[in-house]
Amino acid sequence: MILLWSLTLLITITISAAFTTYYFGVASRRRLIISTTTSLYDTGLLDAIEEKFEKEYPIDLYFISVGTGQAIEHAKRGDADLILVHAPSSERAFLTSGYGICRKIIAYNFFVIIGPSEDPAGIEGCNVKDALTKIVKAGREEKALWVSRGDESGTHLKEKALWTLVGFNWTEIRKENWYVESGTGMGKTILIADEMEAYTLSDIGTYLKYYGDERISLKVMVSEEKPLLNVYSVIAVNPKQIHDVNFEDAITFIKFLTSKKCQNLIANFKREIYGKSLFYPAVPLLRESPNSTIAQWIKEFAYFNGTECPEEYRDKHPELYG
Amino acid sequence: MAQEIIEGLKRALELIVSGDPAVLDATFRSLYVSTMATLLAVLWSLPLGLIIGSKEFFGKRMVKGLFNALLGIPTVGLGLILYLLLSKSGPFGIFRLLYTPTAIILGEALLITPIIVSFTTSAIESVDPEIRNLAKTLGASESEASIVALKEAFPNVILAIFASFNRAISELGIALMLGGNIWGLTRVLTTSIALETTRGNFELGIALTIILFLIVFILSFVTNLLKRE
Repeated sequence: MILLWSLTLLITITISAAFTTYYFGVASRRRLIISTTTSLYDTGLLDAIEEKFEKEYPIDLYFISVGTGQAIEHAKRGDADLILVHAPSSERAFLTSGYGICRKIIAYNFFVIIGPSEDPAGIEGCNVKDALTKIVKAGREEKALWVSRGDESGTHLKEKALWTLVGFNWTEIRKENWYVESGTGMGKTILIADEMEAYTLSDIGTYLKYYGDERISLKVMVSEEKPLLNVYSVIAVNPKQIHDVNFEDAITFIKFLTSKKCQNLIANFKREIYGKSLFYPAVPLLRESPNSTIAQWIKEFAYFNGTECPEEYRDKHPELYG
Repeated sequence: MAQEIIEGLKRALELIVSGDPAVLDATFRSLYVSTMATLLAVLWSLPLGLIIGSKEFFGKRMVKGLFNALLGIPTVGLGLILYLLLSKSGPFGIFRLLYTPTAIILGEALLITPIIVSFTTSAIESVDPEIRNLAKTLGASESEASIVALKEAFPNVILAIFASFNRAISELGIALMLGGNIWGLTRVLTTSIALETTRGNFELGIALTIILFLIVFILSFVTNLLKRE
């Protein structure tokens, strides 16, 4: 037994010494830690971006895929240099609390309300307001079910905002029998909704993936309406608030994300596979056709005081907003 | 469902035969992390188990009860606690361990400590006191008699060590919270399975599960052989 213990000690010391040497040997590249919303990561978009970016810059991107709520929490604790999120109201709080700086809107798409093809609530083709009202009515008549993420993710925050918009009190309806909270990620929530033949709110990327792989038979009922707009932003962590965050490389990455090359990559990502874009690039739209309908929607939904990032939160990087 | 599992089996074979770099990377990292965690845990758990098992002291029942209870600690919960400790604004943030393989190793070592301690303790205690007495009547001193008892307990201790390796390699919560599932740095088999599941790549998830299971199975098999000898 004593022999076993000494042997273990010896092996442990040898391996850790060998690995530490190796680890510090390869750590010559700079690191950028990015806490990101799951919908961007799980579609594989960030892998594609990472590949292009790391070829050009001596910076390693480390993505931590979590929900928007957790991403912001990570950043506030100093565990991320940059966040990629999709919840404008939380983003505004993140900026005003002094933690976030240099926000840029990079992409957008639309949430979809999906449901069983039998459509028991009869919402196909309705606008968001009528659709949700009908779901509540059918739910109370025990004809339909609604599955919610219930996890404070960007999608869940959107869902809560939609109920408020339609005139329901979310804290009240969540207690009703037709309202089911999955408490889990988008993929699993869609699977649960499919099993229960229920309605749910999904991001388009996850839905198309599961539908394309024939894992679910839920159909898109409502889409491409202003209330369903989903806007993705990047925000750097303020080096004045969090000591020694990698701000310099964060700005490099933000510039890359908003570059023409990367915006094209976003537009074409998996377009051939699904026959439509999963994400639309926001930078060229806002710059070249700021008066188009969708640009107006983005401004109304995701701008603060008429801009994507008020001047006091731009640090010394006005060139990002030129 | 059956179709996904069959496809997963096929995919697992393909991945193993072709030596897919991403899968190999995650597999080796899983092996490395759990081996190191087990070795580390042995370093402090084995002496602890020996002491608790062979000495009488005040509060022994409490200590044993505590370690037994810790066997059931949820890994996500332990992961969350350790995340808060290692986070940059936490008490150990200065060491910059978060999102490194070292963080996962430490976390898993703590997770499996109660397994080794509890099982070593009960292995030592279950050695028939007659053996100790017999050794003494044959002229052995007190410490020599203890060594005889240790030898008797040895196979069960080895079993506990392998069981804790299995626990370390198959847990998800700590690897996810402390490692962050970063590609090429902290992605291990269990976090890959979780990711591929959320991505909807079920076959790949099943394939990775099969690889993980194979590792655990081979190890259990070897342990059984060792035990028989």
